[in-house]
Amino acid sequence: MSEQDERATKAAGKAAKTKPKAKGAKAGAAAEVTATGRLSVLKTYKLFVGGKFPRSESGRVYEVTDSEGNWLANAPLASRKDARDAVVAARKAFGGWSGATAYNRGQVLYRVAEMLEGRREQFVGEVADAEGLSRAKAAEQVDAAVDRWVWYAGWTDKVAQVAGGANPVAGPYFNLSTPEPTGIVAVLAPQDSSFLGLVSVLAPAIATGNTVVAVAAERAPLPALSLAEVLATSDVPGGVVNLLSGRAAELGPPLAAHQDVNAIDLTGADAELARELEIAAADNLKRVVRPGLTSDWAVEPGLERMLAYLETKTVWHPTGSLGAAGSAY
Amino acid sequence: MPSVTSTPTAGTAALADATASDAALRRFLHGLPGVDAVGLEARAAMLGTRSIKTTAKAYAIDLAISMIDLTTLEGADTAGKVRSLSAKGRRPDPTDPETPKVAAICVYPDMVATAKEALAGSGVKVASVATAFPAGRAALPVKLADTRDAVAAGADEIDMVIDRGAFLSGRYLQVFEEIRAVKEACAREDGSAARLKVIFETGELSTYDNIRRACWLAMLAGADFIKTSTGKVGVNATPPNTLLLMEAARDFHAATGTRIGVKPAGGIRTTKDAVKYLVMVNETLGEDWLSNEWFRFGASSLLNDLLMQRQKLRTGRYSGPDYVTVD
Repeated sequence: MSEQDERATKAAGKAAKTKPKAKGAKAGAAAEVTATGRLSVLKTYKLFVGGKFPRSESGRVYEVTDSEGNWLANAPLASRKDARDAVVAARKAFGGWSGATAYNRGQVLYRVAEMLEGRREQFVGEVADAEGLSRAKAAEQVDAAVDRWVWYAGWTDKVAQVAGGANPVAGPYFNLSTPEPTGIVAVLAPQDSSFLGLVSVLAPAIATGNTVVAVAAERAPLPALSLAEVLATSDVPGGVVNLLSGRAAELGPPLAAHQDVNAIDLTGADAELARELEIAAADNLKRVVRPGLTSDWAVEPGLERMLAYLETKTVWHPTGSLGAAGSAY
Repeated sequence: MPSVTSTPTAGTAALADATASDAALRRFLHGLPGVDAVGLEARAAMLGTRSIKTTAKAYAIDLAISMIDLTTLEGADTAGKVRSLSAKGRRPDPTDPETPKVAAICVYPDMVATAKEALAGSGVKVASVATAFPAGRAALPVKLADTRDAVAAGADEIDMVIDRGAFLSGRYLQVFEEIRAVKEACAREDGSAARLKVIFETGELSTYDNIRRACWLAMLAGADFIKTSTGKVGVNATPPNTLLLMEAARDFHAATGTRIGVKPAGGIRTTKDAVKYLVMVNETLGEDWLSNEWFRFGASSLLNDLLMQRQKLRTGRYSGPDYVTVD
């Protein structure tokens, strides 16, 4: 530590003694000292790509503030190359995740809820800071998010009964339709609900076996980046969920135009951006979820977000006797 | 930038003396300057940090495609697979006829005739591995017969493996004579000859010093190309060991005036990797080597990544594996 830094730390220590909550100070310059005399340990928020926590390829960060404009942390400002890397990771993970049994996916999603419950306090704090809510209101949001994971965990092995089934046909055939995941879903997470909103758009996409590249709420990405730590420790295979923080207007276009992305959720895009992205997405016929599908994140969702990312496979199988011997096969 | 090696000052005559006897060859090979491993790795890493963008990148991608020895070397190879790979080599991206052809299709000797037929008139060469590839554990007459077969079937290039057992035991002259013999077997009746690439399997040679010795041994014996590896062992082409091959080729050219090609093979899968190797060629061997006459990539999956990057540059949209063939 240089002499100057030392002086700065001492000064910060003094400040901390007189004013324990030295909010708004640029903690990047010198470590703050907490009320108990410890140096505060500040968290470096990182992206979540392929099960790893890289910094942005571009090396950029941006300042994240709470609702009153006080500095909270620096978040990585992801570039289009980070988006590209995330798509590669998502594609790599798709085979394993879509091939896992629905029952297994349900267990994994439930595990996410378990892990989240264990870190409830952290998320309550982050959501309260990010959205300017009281702790009680923030706790409601976090609880609702945990419950939403559980809800979608239950749906993994039931959605096929709703979206598929046996079709009556005029011939000696079984005709069965089964829903299959569409592939990689790019998600622009809602800007108005940094955590519950994110979970509400993320969980349905992965519940049905898709893999996701999600762009967190631009002004409040910290709960999302912390969610990555939960996902990394809850049996979700690396690459199934990839979380980027940055500008929707910068990351949206390369994702919408990407030929290896199969669906895009434009919830977090404003009207002008959504229009532009929908045009770009038409090039390889992506499934598009337009903004405004959900207006209130607190209300229990319907199935539309799960059904949006499913393709239907229909199989014809002959029934009845096929030969002189009377065999059914 | 000081060169990592000091250029051997031996002239052509001195080099001829070096191969006069087993003892002389050993003296020569062990007299080569030792490799500064830290310096070599640092130099290779440094050359990998260049940022190649836009038009330079487009040039590098097309150059890399034209340098690929598109390879299928599996027990499960069928004539159909070789034909489809040949079709891909002739026209790597059917959506864009501007895409250059690959340099060669690399197959096992028994598939040479099939590949030759599939590539007729395209200008894409047929390379064949030979000499009991990949282990090289067979008697010399068998290896020579293997080579002659491939040449007779129409192979334009022969990729031979050296006898690593003999090399590591220090029987350098035996390895030398073997390369000589295979080189002779590459001759065709009309007086021309298939070009000979000598594979060292650098992953099995243990030390950088050994790799440098193997390079000189092969170049003295008449190799047209020196090649890192078979792609069949754990460690294949790495930037440091390929750089070492390039430096040997550069030094040999300085000493004798003879130009030797270099071919890294195995483990090069991304455009980024390929561009790093091209930077290395340019900085080590110079622009003269930047053609598929003197530099090749032994690869299979690299081509798809190059094509995807090419599509990205052309259309501005990131491409995906759905838009290239499954090999």
